[in-house]
Amino acid sequence: MAKSGGERVEIRSASKAYGAVRALDGVSLDIAPQEFVSLLGPSGSGKTTLLGILGGFIQPSAGTVLFGGRDVTFTPPHKRDIGIVFQNYALFPHMSVGENVAFPLRARRQPKSTYAEKVRGALAMVDLAGYEERGIGQLSGGQRQRVALARAMIFEPRLILMDEPLSALDKQLRETMQIELRQLHRRLGATIIYVTHDQREALTMSDRVAILKDGKLVQIDRPERLHDHPADAFVASFIGEATLLPVGRAGGDGVSLAGAVLKSGRPLPAQGELVLAIQTEKLLIEDGTGAPERNRFQARVTDVVFQGESLRVFLSLPDGTALSLRQPSHYEAARRIPPAGEMLTVSLHPQDTIVVPKTGTP
Amino acid sequence: MTAIDPSLRYQRREQGLMLLLASPAVVVILALVVIPVGWLMTQSVYDNGFTLEHYRRIFSEDIYWRSFALTFRMALTVTVMSLLLGYPVAYAAAHVKRPWDVLILAFVILPFWTSVLVRAYAWLVLLQRTGVTNQMLEGLGLISEPLALVHNELGTVIATVHILLPFMVLPLYSTMQKIPRELMLAGASLGGGPLHSFLRIFLPLSLPGVVAGLTLVFVLTLGFYITPELLGGGRTIMISMVVARNVELYNQWGAASAVGVVLLVSVLAIFALVGRIIPLDKMLGQK
Repeated sequence: MAKSGGERVEIRSASKAYGAVRALDGVSLDIAPQEFVSLLGPSGSGKTTLLGILGGFIQPSAGTVLFGGRDVTFTPPHKRDIGIVFQNYALFPHMSVGENVAFPLRARRQPKSTYAEKVRGALAMVDLAGYEERGIGQLSGGQRQRVALARAMIFEPRLILMDEPLSALDKQLRETMQIELRQLHRRLGATIIYVTHDQREALTMSDRVAILKDGKLVQIDRPERLHDHPADAFVASFIGEATLLPVGRAGGDGVSLAGAVLKSGRPLPAQGELVLAIQTEKLLIEDGTGAPERNRFQARVTDVVFQGESLRVFLSLPDGTALSLRQPSHYEAARRIPPAGEMLTVSLHPQDTIVVPKTGTP
Repeated sequence: MTAIDPSLRYQRREQGLMLLLASPAVVVILALVVIPVGWLMTQSVYDNGFTLEHYRRIFSEDIYWRSFALTFRMALTVTVMSLLLGYPVAYAAAHVKRPWDVLILAFVILPFWTSVLVRAYAWLVLLQRTGVTNQMLEGLGLISEPLALVHNELGTVIATVHILLPFMVLPLYSTMQKIPRELMLAGASLGGGPLHSFLRIFLPLSLPGVVAGLTLVFVLTLGFYITPELLGGGRTIMISMVVARNVELYNQWGAASAVGVVLLVSVLAIFALVGRIIPLDKMLGQK
């Protein structure tokens, strides 16, 4: 299948109100051709509404949507030329795999003689070569997922929307599919907008991730930037595994936490209440080899939980504040952890000392 | 000999208990269906000894033939009319938001609660020469002579369609309601215009409901009695009326039974034929 080239997608201050509820509130997004962007947020954050607006199923109360510079705000779905993969696949149960995949060709009145070859190509792309005659009921969840994918891309759309397409699969299959989708994206060269509430999935696949909350866009950035430079406490809590602790200011570059002063290597937010986000993997158990500039403080071990590839250590500061850290579960690391009840010294590098405003600045 | 697997014994006992649950229904069906039908069949060939006289009469006398033809023509007309009228109603009910679907279904079911007799008389009042319909049409200047809307096949069809419409709408509605909305969204997103998506996705998926509705209305119309009797004006002699006359006027139970048996057999033959042409089992169970 030829590279279809991606569509530029622009969303300009789109809003959608249902009565008094603002499901979407002035969201603007600019998505480059061939980009893979995830819309990430908890349920009710507006990500599904935004996807509905992009797909043409929902008309925004205000704002415009442009595909490649064309205003499509009120263009009906069947004239938008976008492939959509739905959460429950939405395969047609009365059609065979081949008929499902050929649906977009038939709908576009393409010459019948081309169907067989195109269907074969699309099915081969998703590793389902030879499945044309199968019924939908005979497929496993992962296979249905692939059929939905083949159906959404057989007409070489320049934009593909995906609505939590992997949420019904088990963890192992989900992770395999994530990597496959990434590779497929590269081969197709289409723009992909992907809705999910799974932050790991979003970080794994996306060029950029847009975080939505209460119908508003909180932050959009590359995965690593999002993880290490969250815009506010909400993003910090949503991305990665962090303990959020309210802290006071201590000088121009430090914060005070339970009597200790932690230096931050980053500029602090200019005003407002501060929150320290301690990501579990960045807090280390001090073994005397850490760099001298690291922030060090004492904590009591309250519990150690074995989670397979890692150990999660729950800690309590002298004033009772609870936090946790994560250690890979290899021999030395496991031996460094004292039993519950004992004190230990932990350290956090100033560059990992992430201080965010309690609420984002609009 | 090896010992019996205790899990099998357990399963068998469970199976037996389940079958026991069905036994009251089996008794009722035996008492009310199997025995009477058996008696009917016996009656049709027994008149002081075995005889095929009743069947010979049915196949040789014109009146029976005309009645059968009329009955099946009526059933077909009523069924098609019900489908054409009922499909949009069911479609609307399955697609509108909360209070409206209840309202639509209430309007469909409400007449159900009035007796068939009352509704037949109501249609008589509405459709007769000096009835509301004719007066209104004349008042509007659309017709100069009252139309013959009743005491004929037309009146019978109108009233029968009205009475049997719920039997079409309800199975259609229940099937349509189960069609996931996402499928039509998917159809649209993949480039299918509204008509294309309807014909390729919604219509095929609603076929089980169509088949159920068609069957119910067709079979019920075949046996309709009161409505054609009241609205047919004595000219629309349905097969049920032939049966009634044989019993009431001539006390000919044998003849009545033979007519019943012929009707039963021809219905079964029709469904067998239809089932051969249209793969019903495939339509009812999805691939």
